[in-house]
Amino acid sequence: MKPSPRILYIALVSLAAAVAAIGIAAIVLAILGANVFDTFKVILTEPLKDIFGITEILVRAIPLILVGLGIAISFRSGILNIGAEGQILMGIIAAAATAIALPGLPKIVLLPIVFLAGALGGAVWGAIAGYLRAVLGVNEILSTVMLNYIAAQLYGFLLRGPMIDPAELQTGSGTPQSVRLPRSAWIDRIIPGTRLHWGIAVALVLAVLVYILLWRTTWGFKMRAAGAGAKAARYGGIKVEQCLLMAMVLAGAFAGLAGAVEVTGVHRRAIEGISSGYGFSGIVVALFGGLHPAGIVPSAFFFGLLLIGADMTQRMMSIPANMVLVLQGAVILSIISAKMVINDPYAFDKFSRALSRRRKKDESGKTTGETA
Amino acid sequence: MAGKLQKIRSLEVDGITKRFPGVLACDSISLKVGENEVLALVGENGAGKTTLMNILMGLYQPDEGSIRINGQEVRFKTPNDAYAAGIGMVHQHFMLVPNMTVAENVALGAPDFHRFMRLDLAGARKRIQEISEKFSLPVQPDAYIWQLSVGEQQRVELVKTLCFGARFLILDEPTSALTPQETDELIVLLKRMSAEMSIVFISHKLAEVTAVSNKVAILRHGRVVFSGSTSEQTPASLAALMTGHEVNLPVNNCCEECGEEFFSVRNVRAKSDRGFYALDGIDFSIHKGEILGLAGVSGNGQRELAEVIAGLRSVESGSIGMPGFELTNKSPREIINSGLGYIPEDRNTEGIVPSFSIKENLVLKDFASDEFSAGPFLNLKKQEANAEKLKESFDIRCPSVATAAGSLSGGNIQKVILARELARNPKVLVAVYPTRGLDMGAEEFIHKSLLEMRARGTAILLISEELDEIMNLADRVAVIYKGKILKILPSHQATRRSLGLLMAGITENAPGAER
Repeated sequence: MKPSPRILYIALVSLAAAVAAIGIAAIVLAILGANVFDTFKVILTEPLKDIFGITEILVRAIPLILVGLGIAISFRSGILNIGAEGQILMGIIAAAATAIALPGLPKIVLLPIVFLAGALGGAVWGAIAGYLRAVLGVNEILSTVMLNYIAAQLYGFLLRGPMIDPAELQTGSGTPQSVRLPRSAWIDRIIPGTRLHWGIAVALVLAVLVYILLWRTTWGFKMRAAGAGAKAARYGGIKVEQCLLMAMVLAGAFAGLAGAVEVTGVHRRAIEGISSGYGFSGIVVALFGGLHPAGIVPSAFFFGLLLIGADMTQRMMSIPANMVLVLQGAVILSIISAKMVINDPYAFDKFSRALSRRRKKDESGKTTGETA
Repeated sequence: MAGKLQKIRSLEVDGITKRFPGVLACDSISLKVGENEVLALVGENGAGKTTLMNILMGLYQPDEGSIRINGQEVRFKTPNDAYAAGIGMVHQHFMLVPNMTVAENVALGAPDFHRFMRLDLAGARKRIQEISEKFSLPVQPDAYIWQLSVGEQQRVELVKTLCFGARFLILDEPTSALTPQETDELIVLLKRMSAEMSIVFISHKLAEVTAVSNKVAILRHGRVVFSGSTSEQTPASLAALMTGHEVNLPVNNCCEECGEEFFSVRNVRAKSDRGFYALDGIDFSIHKGEILGLAGVSGNGQRELAEVIAGLRSVESGSIGMPGFELTNKSPREIINSGLGYIPEDRNTEGIVPSFSIKENLVLKDFASDEFSAGPFLNLKKQEANAEKLKESFDIRCPSVATAAGSLSGGNIQKVILARELARNPKVLVAVYPTRGLDMGAEEFIHKSLLEMRARGTAILLISEELDEIMNLADRVAVIYKGKILKILPSHQATRRSLGLLMAGITENAPGAER
């Protein structure tokens, strides 16, 4: 049984894209003077060798899944949210402040409140861009990027001023960080001795819920219609502006929740650099996962692997860990190019005709077979 | 230069084949156009007419076959090669820069008027004058394109093509934007020009084909199914050849009294996107079980009127209503719920969400109704069942109802829209250019559906630029011109001539009406 030309075509283009992405990274590595093959081997296999590496991959995957889900909601609804980075920070501020303010509550009550606060913080930040777009027509790419800067500055100010750990002021070291969160606001670790926490369960459950929201509910239908064909949606009586605002609120809420989960599950206090680029990597994760929860989860694991692998190359091969950003860029470029080629009917037609010619030649060479 | 002026006595295409993804656009087409002949090339959409002409113009390369001019084989790699050989084409959509003058437009496209850093406008002006005298094509070289009517712009396109040295003309659906009077003028002009050159005339308006051409070739699914002399054919026989079966466009001939007045638009004023009053006191009403045809050259406020009724554009003054429900400036949702059905002008972006499946598009207005949802959840089974039912009754040709609607042909997309709107049993239906660009089979189906809705008592506003469509279907005809209804008359009193004059803005009591 021969595979259909369409499947073969997609497989070949995807393979070519993967080779291109690896090729770009390889060139950069070669310029840095690294051993290309060994570097890739370390990135892709070293983290999987022990329980520490595997749990760290999952720890990285948790915020990536959460951010990616929010990105999928917004992109599917026709609004390009580049502001997850800022929304994460607002989520952390809200979550940490809530946890510090309510230390007396039991965990079962406090944690959900902290999550909600984080989601709300991100949602408000997303809603600003959503409102500007829906009501005033302000380009959301511009507004979300600018809101990222504002959030970063606000975060830095709070950690150096109002929210700084009083101990830091007493000792005079002045490290910009908040006090430790009360223990009742800590997410439990799954495996003692590692940092893997139950946030992974939250992320996986939400992935299922996002699928249900987008494909099984009337709200999801509205939002996807507004994103895929705003004019037709409007003619169909759908309030497109409302959908855009809703999508940004949800996308912001997911990013804010990612921040809340990260601060309560991993760091347990608000520190600088906590978002570590998850807001941007989340976009790559979502696109790589086809803007679908079933793709986003594995995609987040893969990028978690890349992040840990890059850390390890820094230690083992003295290749800067920022190399992973180059790899991310190469992946985005090759995904976008591959999508263009896969959707180009002319290229596909050329391919399928060349294929049928070859198959015919093969068959006439072997026996007097039927034509393909 | 000598070779350039050589007359084209014959142009032959021989065995031209062109494949596109999944389609054989031209399947070994052979045709011959002789000296001073007008060949009409007819066929439904997707029959391969435009592809064939684009091959002749060097825009596409044929996969197989050859082109011969005066018996000599030629190869056109780019449109410039085709121009150099003396072939010129006037496209359906004019290729003119609106904020430039006629002379500038001509000089822009002709390299012989290009000087260092400037255009030789004097030379262009002289050439335009020569051409317009030779062919009696009055054109003002210094007029700006935006000042000209559509008919005048068409003349500019012709002059421009002739200025480029065309001695063989291809006209792609030249009458699609013209009023009936302008069409008649064009036909007279083409007959006169055929004394000088050969012409290929692409059209699917069969009355024009019989009026202007002396030979006709009919394409169907990329093949020539008929080729011969026009004089032996009638529009009806051509239609049958074109579609492969007898076509009977249904006619509304029951002129009994309609029901009570049901839908009214009173003195409505609304602004266009560019800020002027596109609707300037529109006033009409439609009865139950009546089709009101709105005739007019497109761009006279039809689009804005449809949008105002659908709630997508705000009304500045006036009112729109049904008994017991005021539609003026209500939201699209409220208007849909009141029983208004709508077949939008741009079916690909306004009628459907192209990437959505057929079944999703069929419930685009009702996905949240009790029938297709339970609380916040969609009822996918009902969606599917609904789609299967409508696919059957509206004969939507598709691999499955999960196929993306955007991948269907124009006719099938229109059937999806029609199915969705008619299944909702609208009390009022607004159909905007419902058959534009569709083949005759699809047109027949849509006309039948509209008449069925009429019989069921729906009040229908049919906006169209096809006079035949309006005169066949409508009970009364209103003519819109510059945002006003010039006149409403019973369709049995309407003639092509009277409507044509009204569409050009000439009312009978105005001076010069009998021009």
